[in-house]
Amino acid sequence: MAVTERLDGPQDPPVDSTGGPTSGPADTPRPRRRLGPSPTIALLFLLPAALLLGIWVVYPIGYSIVRSLYDSTGGVFVGLENYGTIFSDEGTLRTVRNNLIWVIVAPLVVTTLGLIFAVLTERIRWATAFKLIVFMPMAVSLMAAGVIFRLVYDEDPDKGLANAIMTVVHDTFSSSQGYPDARPREGDESPVAAEEDGAVVTKQPAAAGQPVLIPIVGVKQEVLPADAEPAVAATGGDGLSGTVWFDFTPGGGGVNGQPDATEKGLPGMTVEAVSDGEVAATTTTAADGTFRFDDLPEGSYVVRLPADNFTAAYNGLTWLGPTLITPAIIGAFVWVWAGFAMVLIAAGLAAIPRDALEAARIDGASEWQVFRKITVPLLSPVLLVVFVTMIINTLKVFDLVFIIAPPSVQPEANVIALEMWRVAFGGGNNQGLGSALAVFLLILVLPFMIMNIRRFKRGDS
Amino acid sequence: MTTATATAPARSHAGAPRRNLIGRIVDRLGSGLVQVLMILLGLFWLVPTLGLLVVSLRTTEVNNAEGWWTIFTKPAEITIANYGNLLAGGFGASFWNTVAITVPTTILVIGIAAMAAYAFAWMEFPGRDLLFLVVVGLLIVPIQIALIPVAALYGQAGIFGTIPGVVLFHVAFGLPFAIFLLRNFFIGIPASLLEAARMDGAPEWRIFVSVVFPLGKPAIASLGIFQFLWVWNDMLIALVFADAANQPMTKYLQSQMRQFGTNMDILSSGAFLSLIIPLVLFFAFQRYFVQGMMAGSVK
Repeated sequence: MAVTERLDGPQDPPVDSTGGPTSGPADTPRPRRRLGPSPTIALLFLLPAALLLGIWVVYPIGYSIVRSLYDSTGGVFVGLENYGTIFSDEGTLRTVRNNLIWVIVAPLVVTTLGLIFAVLTERIRWATAFKLIVFMPMAVSLMAAGVIFRLVYDEDPDKGLANAIMTVVHDTFSSSQGYPDARPREGDESPVAAEEDGAVVTKQPAAAGQPVLIPIVGVKQEVLPADAEPAVAATGGDGLSGTVWFDFTPGGGGVNGQPDATEKGLPGMTVEAVSDGEVAATTTTAADGTFRFDDLPEGSYVVRLPADNFTAAYNGLTWLGPTLITPAIIGAFVWVWAGFAMVLIAAGLAAIPRDALEAARIDGASEWQVFRKITVPLLSPVLLVVFVTMIINTLKVFDLVFIIAPPSVQPEANVIALEMWRVAFGGGNNQGLGSALAVFLLILVLPFMIMNIRRFKRGDS
Repeated sequence: MTTATATAPARSHAGAPRRNLIGRIVDRLGSGLVQVLMILLGLFWLVPTLGLLVVSLRTTEVNNAEGWWTIFTKPAEITIANYGNLLAGGFGASFWNTVAITVPTTILVIGIAAMAAYAFAWMEFPGRDLLFLVVVGLLIVPIQIALIPVAALYGQAGIFGTIPGVVLFHVAFGLPFAIFLLRNFFIGIPASLLEAARMDGAPEWRIFVSVVFPLGKPAIASLGIFQFLWVWNDMLIALVFADAANQPMTKYLQSQMRQFGTNMDILSSGAFLSLIIPLVLFFAFQRYFVQGMMAGSVK
């Protein structure tokens, strides 16, 4: 992979970067004859780094391992008890479970999306702009990304973008307007009655040519749509028609059971024509509350307003509640890291010989076959790098959970890295358990550490 | 677009002109679908940040009453009052703390790592290869492992909560990546250049300063930008090691999170200000940023 990759595609390699990180060792064999300085000088060059790494990284690893065997204040040796706590305490066990979900879901989603983006950007002219946009979250702090997604996930569809979009999409496909607590006008004179499940049905089958009147009361002012027009009695005529309206005259007056001039129709109601218990046709009321079934076969019909009409309007999902919090935060994680995956995979894609793809296409392979049988196998080393990097990142995930999960649901969203901070510094003050959690985290990344070392040895020799 | 042009000749070999025409229409339609899909995806990645900007430009009352997207019908509601409130609070100080942590860290990491990387790349000493493998191993050590021990050390040394304490922690944890990146780059410097200098009897520090460092500029630039962003954006180290007087922006904003709804004005404007400099750096130096990232993912 060339070091000269940039978001706007490969450029001419600058002369001074001939020995890039990967091409270096192979291109320049070391001089046999030693001409370098003495080991003492080498030591001087290494000293500052060695001191910092020794005191701040290596020594702490040993310290944490030892400290994890002692109790919260460090006075009593407790053996492996702290590690036992990780797997027996309900709270910490949940962090392990959550991390497991993270590790299974997030790397797969990020790698897949990165692959799709990398392939698709090859087919658009504005690939540079797209890559810049998707890669941008990488530069932003996870703290800021957290604030951004707290806004996106706000439960109120008038504030949170996620629910605003979901409500719009939902209402496009399902016309049900949602009139909670609304009910039919009751009494013997009323032509309609409520069924047990909440649906509203006409008491008598509709008479031919006679419009059906369905008076509704108890409509809350805030759910009455702004575009509701004054109710109009349907004209009758061919087919089955009628009016659903809010049978209430503001300020009093009016005739019950008749649509008066000041009464509003109820738009968006789902109306069913029912014959012998079977729904024969479905329609929706207009802004003035009228509805009409054309082309109904001859027969006896009652008109029903299904119970859906009387439940609250769809308001999206409770993203930041206990059930969805982890998927929601994983969504933010994907938003942050998809660009990383895309850029790495795109670089790998650019390195694939075009001839191989062309040959397959000329042999009649479909785009999907080319992708499946040639592109993906050739990309597998890059895909593995991205996948492993994401596993490590998900194991260490901290900021996003800390910022996006509101305090009340944080226990539900908790992960090991966050629990370690909470236990040791965020009020818990249990440095024994904190050390055990840190060591546990180190053990989890250990396989990847060994893998890195092995890979490096192979590449460098 | 490559596939559209690439498949056309392939199809013309295969069949009648009629199929070719249909194939082209299908390609066009497919390409159109891809365009629409990519526009939607691009919006998906762009709009959340745009939302943050708009929210930061409206008062809390307006934000609580309606979605930020209504700004397109009511542009008059834009105000910079939130930014005024933000700077009147503790944010200004935390901004300078972020600078005071980030700049020295970046310089120290570059200097110290470049020295070590030069030794690893061009000097012979016993145990060199093994030591470098240790550096590779340290690349992914979780920061959590050092929080408790270093906090204890800082307590004894009396630098707990101070900016130097935060800086040193960042430098140490930035070093493995920095040494790895620079060593792999330095090793590609033509041996003849170094040998010539050594034959002339130039001391090692002079070779380092006047040959290796200038030649390593592209890698150092990548490292610099990466390191800068990493420290600028850090929250965990600041949460543990910076006290209230020395806290960077991330910690300051985090402390305002508990009352997310009522602090929306400060949080949105603060989060946006905190990401301005990273974004400017990113757009200005995206090439180096991408290089550093690619070199850093161990292959």
